[in-house]
Amino acid sequence: MSSSPDKLVYMANQIGKFFQSQGHDRAVQGISEHIWKFWDPRMRKQIFAHLDAGGSGLDANVRDALEKLRLQA
Amino acid sequence: MSLIHEIDFGTPKSKSETMVTLTIDGNQITVPEGTSIMRAAMEAGTQIPKLCATDMVDAFGSCRLCLVEIEGRAGTPASCTTPVMNGLVVHTQSERLKQLRKGVMELYISDHPLDCLTCAANGDCELQDMAGAIGLRDVRYGYEGENHVFAKSHGCDNDAWMPKDESNPYFTYDPSKCIVCSRCVRACEEVQGTFALTISGRGFDSRVSPGMNESFLGSECVSCGACVQACPTATLTEKSVIEIGQPEHSVVTTCAYCGVGCAFKAEMRGEEVVRMVPYKDGKANRGHSCVKGRFAWGYTTHKERILKPMIRERIEDPWQEVSWDEAFNFAAAKFKGIQQKYGRDAVGGITSSRCTNEETYLVQKLIRGGFGNNNVDTCARVCHSPTGYGLSQTFGTSAGTQDFDSVEDTDVVMIIGANPASAHPVFASRLKKRLRQGARLIVVDPRRTEMVESPHVKALHLPLMPGTNVAVITALAHVIVTEGLVNESFVRERCDWSEFQDWATFVADPKNSPEATAIVTGVDPKLLREAARTYATGGNGAIYYGLGVTEHSQGSTTVIAIANLAMATGNIGRPGVGVNPLRGQNNVQGSCDMGSFPHELPGYRHISGDAVREQFEAMWNVKLNKEPGLRIPNMFDAAIEGTFMGLYAQGEDILQSDPNTKHVVAALSAMECVIVHDLFLNETANYAHVFLPGSTFLEKDGTFTNAERRIQRVRKVMTPLNGLADWEVTIRLGKAMGFEMNYSHPSEIMDEIAALTPTFAGVSYARLDELGSVQWPCNEKAPEGTPVMHIGGFVRGKGKFIITEYIATDERTGPRYPLLLTTGRILSQYNVGAQTRRTDNVVWHSEDRLEIHPHDAEQRGVRDGDWVRLASRAGETTLRAEITDRVAPGVVYTTFHHPDTQANVITTDFSDWATNCPEYKVTAVQISPSNGPSDWQKAYDEQARQSRRIAPVVEAAE
Repeated sequence: MSSSPDKLVYMANQIGKFFQSQGHDRAVQGISEHIWKFWDPRMRKQIFAHLDAGGSGLDANVRDALEKLRLQA
Repeated sequence: MSLIHEIDFGTPKSKSETMVTLTIDGNQITVPEGTSIMRAAMEAGTQIPKLCATDMVDAFGSCRLCLVEIEGRAGTPASCTTPVMNGLVVHTQSERLKQLRKGVMELYISDHPLDCLTCAANGDCELQDMAGAIGLRDVRYGYEGENHVFAKSHGCDNDAWMPKDESNPYFTYDPSKCIVCSRCVRACEEVQGTFALTISGRGFDSRVSPGMNESFLGSECVSCGACVQACPTATLTEKSVIEIGQPEHSVVTTCAYCGVGCAFKAEMRGEEVVRMVPYKDGKANRGHSCVKGRFAWGYTTHKERILKPMIRERIEDPWQEVSWDEAFNFAAAKFKGIQQKYGRDAVGGITSSRCTNEETYLVQKLIRGGFGNNNVDTCARVCHSPTGYGLSQTFGTSAGTQDFDSVEDTDVVMIIGANPASAHPVFASRLKKRLRQGARLIVVDPRRTEMVESPHVKALHLPLMPGTNVAVITALAHVIVTEGLVNESFVRERCDWSEFQDWATFVADPKNSPEATAIVTGVDPKLLREAARTYATGGNGAIYYGLGVTEHSQGSTTVIAIANLAMATGNIGRPGVGVNPLRGQNNVQGSCDMGSFPHELPGYRHISGDAVREQFEAMWNVKLNKEPGLRIPNMFDAAIEGTFMGLYAQGEDILQSDPNTKHVVAALSAMECVIVHDLFLNETANYAHVFLPGSTFLEKDGTFTNAERRIQRVRKVMTPLNGLADWEVTIRLGKAMGFEMNYSHPSEIMDEIAALTPTFAGVSYARLDELGSVQWPCNEKAPEGTPVMHIGGFVRGKGKFIITEYIATDERTGPRYPLLLTTGRILSQYNVGAQTRRTDNVVWHSEDRLEIHPHDAEQRGVRDGDWVRLASRAGETTLRAEITDRVAPGVVYTTFHHPDTQANVITTDFSDWATNCPEYKVTAVQISPSNGPSDWQKAYDEQARQSRRIAPVVEAAE
């Protein structure tokens, strides 16, 4: 966890794992809401940039949640 | 001002609701059944002479001074041990009683020194008072006979005489003044629950004895002070009273140590504290205290306290003492410069969980309103932020559900990841009292803590592997669901039924059974099943938990799992049950309530809510940013990345207390301006550019909110040595930055908080003075506050069950780091130790030690007391080993009170998924023998030494 995108990817996936057991739709809702509520804009910006760059390492639900969140933003 | 005199009713209050009427000295009085005649008389205003009775402990009936006559009964019964009955006619004074009492008193005085004028208890001695009350004029026996008073008698050594025991740093035991009333012994048993004292010998040979005739310091005594408080003579006396004399006035205030929030009388002589005495009307502590609050206040006047503001351009420079204005202008110019250069969001601050609600509120107001961003966080981030998240998700409020009195109605207590005997000692004493009455105890902790085994307490202990809380609690739920122990009517009425069903299906899965999870948790499935049955069916079940729950990568999940457990068993919404986080710092609850988190305004309302934000904007006359700000760990990352360059830290030593010290050092070093506002040059100050001297809890007015949501007054008893209270410092810093905050007293700040926060609407200093304290919510619906929450229904509506899947932390053991390190606190020290290390409490704990199991020690060739190297993937340090089977094989443990140990060099960047609360409680480590401090420790010491230099003041030339 040296560089920032790695750390944010790790954090986002950690959130994703909590919601995993609630099924895809509720998980995507839960993850996007959590990131929207608790992440500062510069963190969101960085993770969106990472998503644009291919989003490597992001779990599937997390990726969907970030796509959803970006549409809202 | 005068001394606050608390009435001693002689015996404890009866809880009975049946009332009894009797006549005492011609007056009719009605009292609850079970009340003693002594107490009934006192309630009617008649003080019956007494020596061995005091209302903190049960009646004993040994001194024979409180005799009374009862019409129709033979003899002269002791009023302390005789309960009231309907129709009794009692006389407290008669010729016969007068003669009897004089006889008793004469015997007492015949074996007591008559040095009253030079005695430390002069003016505060119950023996003297009673001699006066019963009119003793003569002692016919003389002082020549056998006695305990004189070192020599008839030219020979007097074997019955014992010298003073001055081993305890805070109080003296002078056996020559002892009247063997046993009040100290009973206070140690009944109030504190330590059983360190006893009476050795019989008859005339009876003596108070710590342990087996040990010194106080050498015995099991935990120095809580209950015995000193109970002593009616100068036998047990605070050394401060011996040195200074009797106090002349007192002020009720609140302890600034842990989250129990004990109320104390600060007993003063002028502006000098003579002693701190626990206040019986304090609703959190009910007249009890621990060694920290009672005695460890010497740091407030310690010579290392910094009293003048200081600045420097670079952290390599020595500090320059400057005026307050110079310091504020310097800091303001730096912060404005950073914002111009890097943007508005490049600065932020940390509010203090040690400061008052009012001060915390002002710091977040300064950041949101003055800095124009939401980069505000508090040390709750690193302790109980998962509590806030978990309980608000499930119940709808970010706080514990009960008051501490609730423990008196509890039948089964489950303690998870907490060691109240060390960290919340006054609550532990109240809990142990209930356990001695028969309540049962379950302890879920990797370590065999002091709570697991203590006199008359034996817990069902589930010694889990660190990091497996969720698996254990879900397994408890599995047993409750699969064995049909769910309180279905409660769940149907109060909770969302379909969410419950999803959850029940999940926990019932065989993979969550105690047997299936034992392989990861290490907990015997039989014990786990027994614990689940006990909690679910043993009557009122209450869960108390601490940082062993929250400081994990699944901290929030564990809090949710605990809430699920309480809901499933119906243990919510009445006295004796509930989910109770034991909060670490005095005002960590308050700092959370006051909007210290970057995403929410005071009262836990999200910053994005337009309606709420507009209220604040109108009151503060400023436009607020609607985006959440950075949390502490995010601030560090942003600093290293170059987008966060200025930090104002009030009363929080982030360098010592946050995990992965090297990472924190890198972050602080990257910042262009760090403002530290504290009492001492703490570790963070080594990397600071501005030092603003702080004030202690004795030097300011305000309020603290304890773990039970109880808001209590902090009252100023002396002028701030540094000149300004902390709230004044924040106001002046804001002013220098062009942000005006105008208050002439903290009560005005509280009025603003009440106006903006619905749960505080009814709180004011007038209300607090009137009621003593209130527990929020305090508003129109609950004008006297809310001792127990969620009565009749949850704050959020229906209680919410959430699935809690166990996900192992990524901090794993392996060949290089085969052991798991977990951390905790010790009774005599407090957190980073900035306060307690500057008191005599160091006699109990002068260094952090590493607890290691004999098996692991032997494998590594480590002997007790050896220096060992403790290394993790993050860093390494050295400390001395203590070999003990309190920890299981594979687990090691240390405290984190001393900066030279630097336990956080070892801890890692892993954190709670929801709140980024660091995973302090699980670190994979390796232990090896060592010769002394690591290179890192040496380099750190050198940097700290250089950084703490203060330039000599140069007289200005003419």
